[in-house]
Amino acid sequence: MTYLAKPKLHHPSLAQNKVCYTRRDYEGRVSTLCAGCGHDSISAAIIQACWEMDVEPHRVAKMSGIGCSSKTPDYFLGNSHGFNTVHGRMPSVLTGANLANRSLLYLGVSGDGDSASIGIGQFAHVMRRGVNMVYILENNGVYGLTKGQFSATADQGSKSKKGAINTESPIDTISLALQMGATFVARGFSGDKKQLVPIIKAAIAHKGAAFIDVISPCVTFNNHAGSTKSYDYVREHNEAVNRVDFIPTRQEIVVDYAEGQVIEVEQHDGTVLLLRKLHRDYDPHDKVGAMNYITKHQAEGEVVTGLLYVDNDAGDLHEHLNTIDAPLNTLGAKQLSPGMAALEKINQRLR
Amino acid sequence: MRPTDTRDPDYFHKVVDCQWACPAHTPVPEYIRLVSAGRYDAAYMVNWWSNVFPGVLGRTCDRPCEPACRRSRVEEGNGEKPQPVAICRLKRVAADHKGEVAAQMPKPRPRNGKRVACVGGGPASMTVARDLALAGYQVTVFESDPKPGGFMRSQVPRFRLPESVIDEECGFITELGVEFRGGTRIGSLKDLLAQGWDAVFVGSGAPRARDLDLPGRKEAAAHIHLGIDWLASVSFGHVEKIGRRVIVLGGGNTAMDCCRSARRLGGEEVKVIVRSGFDEMKASPWEKEDAMHEGIPILNYHVPKTFEHEQGRLVAMTFELVRAEFDGNGRRTLVPTGAPDVRVECDDVLVAVGQENAFPWIERDIGLEFDRWGLPVLGAASLQSTLPRVFFGGDAAFGPKNIIWAVAHGHEAAVSIDKFLQGEDVNERPPPMVTLVSQKMGIHEWSYDNEITREQRQVVPWVAKELALSSIKVEVELGFDAQAACKEAARCLNCDAQTVFLKDACIECDACVDICPMDCITFTTNADEAELRKRLSAPALNLSQDLYVSDHVKTGRVMVKDEDVCLHCGLCAERCPTGAWDMQKFLLQTTKAGPGCRSKTTLGAAA
Repeated sequence: MTYLAKPKLHHPSLAQNKVCYTRRDYEGRVSTLCAGCGHDSISAAIIQACWEMDVEPHRVAKMSGIGCSSKTPDYFLGNSHGFNTVHGRMPSVLTGANLANRSLLYLGVSGDGDSASIGIGQFAHVMRRGVNMVYILENNGVYGLTKGQFSATADQGSKSKKGAINTESPIDTISLALQMGATFVARGFSGDKKQLVPIIKAAIAHKGAAFIDVISPCVTFNNHAGSTKSYDYVREHNEAVNRVDFIPTRQEIVVDYAEGQVIEVEQHDGTVLLLRKLHRDYDPHDKVGAMNYITKHQAEGEVVTGLLYVDNDAGDLHEHLNTIDAPLNTLGAKQLSPGMAALEKINQRLR
Repeated sequence: MRPTDTRDPDYFHKVVDCQWACPAHTPVPEYIRLVSAGRYDAAYMVNWWSNVFPGVLGRTCDRPCEPACRRSRVEEGNGEKPQPVAICRLKRVAADHKGEVAAQMPKPRPRNGKRVACVGGGPASMTVARDLALAGYQVTVFESDPKPGGFMRSQVPRFRLPESVIDEECGFITELGVEFRGGTRIGSLKDLLAQGWDAVFVGSGAPRARDLDLPGRKEAAAHIHLGIDWLASVSFGHVEKIGRRVIVLGGGNTAMDCCRSARRLGGEEVKVIVRSGFDEMKASPWEKEDAMHEGIPILNYHVPKTFEHEQGRLVAMTFELVRAEFDGNGRRTLVPTGAPDVRVECDDVLVAVGQENAFPWIERDIGLEFDRWGLPVLGAASLQSTLPRVFFGGDAAFGPKNIIWAVAHGHEAAVSIDKFLQGEDVNERPPPMVTLVSQKMGIHEWSYDNEITREQRQVVPWVAKELALSSIKVEVELGFDAQAACKEAARCLNCDAQTVFLKDACIECDACVDICPMDCITFTTNADEAELRKRLSAPALNLSQDLYVSDHVKTGRVMVKDEDVCLHCGLCAERCPTGAWDMQKFLLQTTKAGPGCRSKTTLGAAA
């Protein structure tokens, strides 16, 4: 961390987006994490993505649990709504908020402890229910706040900073998310913003449960030889299956791609994802294929990154429950409490 | 691009824009930090070593450092009006607030038996005298006026520069054992050389004013004065008043001094009238502002045509109105507008349309060559003339410039004279003395204040206008008090705290890229400079500012830092987990005359 606030002075050429904000307007307070933490890079990627997407800061709710990663919402989108929940309970609080007001962009930020240990149940169910959100899991494989014990996502056989070998089997959050029914599943690396920023943008545009697992090295406790979540290890073993180009509307596609090199994904809101294939046979629409591919390559020690699965026709919880379009806080007392007659009608239907 | 060679002293020197722009390369951030720490004596001495006349320059310098100051670039596009740090006025603070510095003055080396004569007692000569006296030479300064100072004393008006400041700073030099012979005009270089001086330095300035040969010039001569001569007469008390209506011709700083002086000697309606456009005038913007502040209008695009006179008395001047036209090459011509001539009534005219060099006292048959403009033929760096033991500097060398250039020439000429008299090649220039030291004191602690203030440039207080105009001797500017000086000093970005990148330590975590408030840092694949400049986090459009490029980091990319708008806030170094970034203080001092400027081989042979 630093004691100084980041100076407000900015580059003379700093541009405004369509909603008249500069990138700097999406920043939060100065980070108190260790210098070099991968999480700070992810915060910077979120800032960049929100600026490029012309997101209005007051239309965002950022939610988190407990942990290093869950501190980060303080360091981006300083003018957005935020909620620091109980450890591992971000998904249920976010689900509630989402049901009450569907008009906000929901950003859930969590860590491997928060999501794969104490909050694994919550994580599984929020994916299952298809809550319309961006779930970013900042995954460093250790408990940084308690001096670097292995977390549930640490690979079996990897070495701790003090030399201990992890004997337990890891939880692969990507496979879990796929299994639980997430409709947008991606993995990124904090050290590669060129890949990560478009993935976050695509996730923001996705309607449904979008899950991004971001490998984020812990420079203090998990960036040594023998770690499988270090900068060096991830760079060496990174197997990106594709590169995402996020295009706001179909009309704006100007780049020519060679036949068979690119997959076009048109999402619900008309946005288009162009996936430049890096692995010829990888099909991000094939859920079973994706699961097999990931399992196989991970067994070989590779870190598979990119947009791994996307469902073009995904729906969300509101659709499943057939809820009203308007946020609940905009409804009047009469609509919220329609009276005995309405209750009687409902009861009649259930008899 | 090839990796930047930071061992070349010029690289980091250029990053310190003010120091690079200063002809004498004064370590500006160094003394500004001392001012903010209240260490005025030390700040004064830093200046004294570099520019010899801190008190004089703190009031009168042309300030090439201020247009170069990074502060105005970083404030660009950030709301308020971009303004450089008031470097010049902070120098004055050091001079005004210092205590007794005599004890800190260096002791001259033992006399080496060599004698050097300096012609003229202005800033160039006095600088040569100081540097050589310290190096052990016996120096004699010849000056036609009774006291040393030259231009500083004779032409800079007292309301800008009190005489006591000149006395004190020239006194520091004569105290070193320099012999000053006032009231002695050198009439012949041949005779002077015949007196057996080991070397002669000519710092006689550009003493001849240009005149305007227009109809009526001769008839009305009694009321037409040449600017610099008139200023000198005012300075020495020979002239004490001027007519009620005064026209000042010319657009340079001398014209500004003339009009403001006239305003104080009874000129109630003083006008500056200039051929060129207002913006192309040679005067510094602040000098124009000061003149206008005193109620002096500046009329531009007026070409003087005639002096009107009645019975031998000047009554008016006529002017032709012109406009500027630019050809394809941007060359300007002044074209008459066709409007009727303008007649401006006046009682006196001051002509300040330029100065020329004049060397009537240098014989043309002694082997000293002059070029076709009447200037001596000199080695560009050595300032040595074609007569090997004669050196030039200041306005006498390359025509009229200013005090700080004169000082810079003085240092270089002193080095040349020292090398020449030690039997060395004067064209072999000594490299500067450079140190580069880490400023890290703790995890978040630097030995400089890295917090960036949003404070605006402080305004220098003035005496009340009525009081200022009442006498030529009342100094107009009052200088900053300690509080204002502290606020102004805090605006300095400490550009000498260099961002030094050690690529082997870098783990490419992007922490520096993310924290940099000015988007200066980028990791990218290498390319040629034009391509790289486009590819950075923020485009590097200022071609006068270098890119700092590292060798390949682990992923094969390179680190590129655009020096242009770096705040030197040190956040890159604070956020770096491995110490790949470090803030290191770069201190460059030009090498002065003495053993330090001599080549190592000669030194070895002497030992």
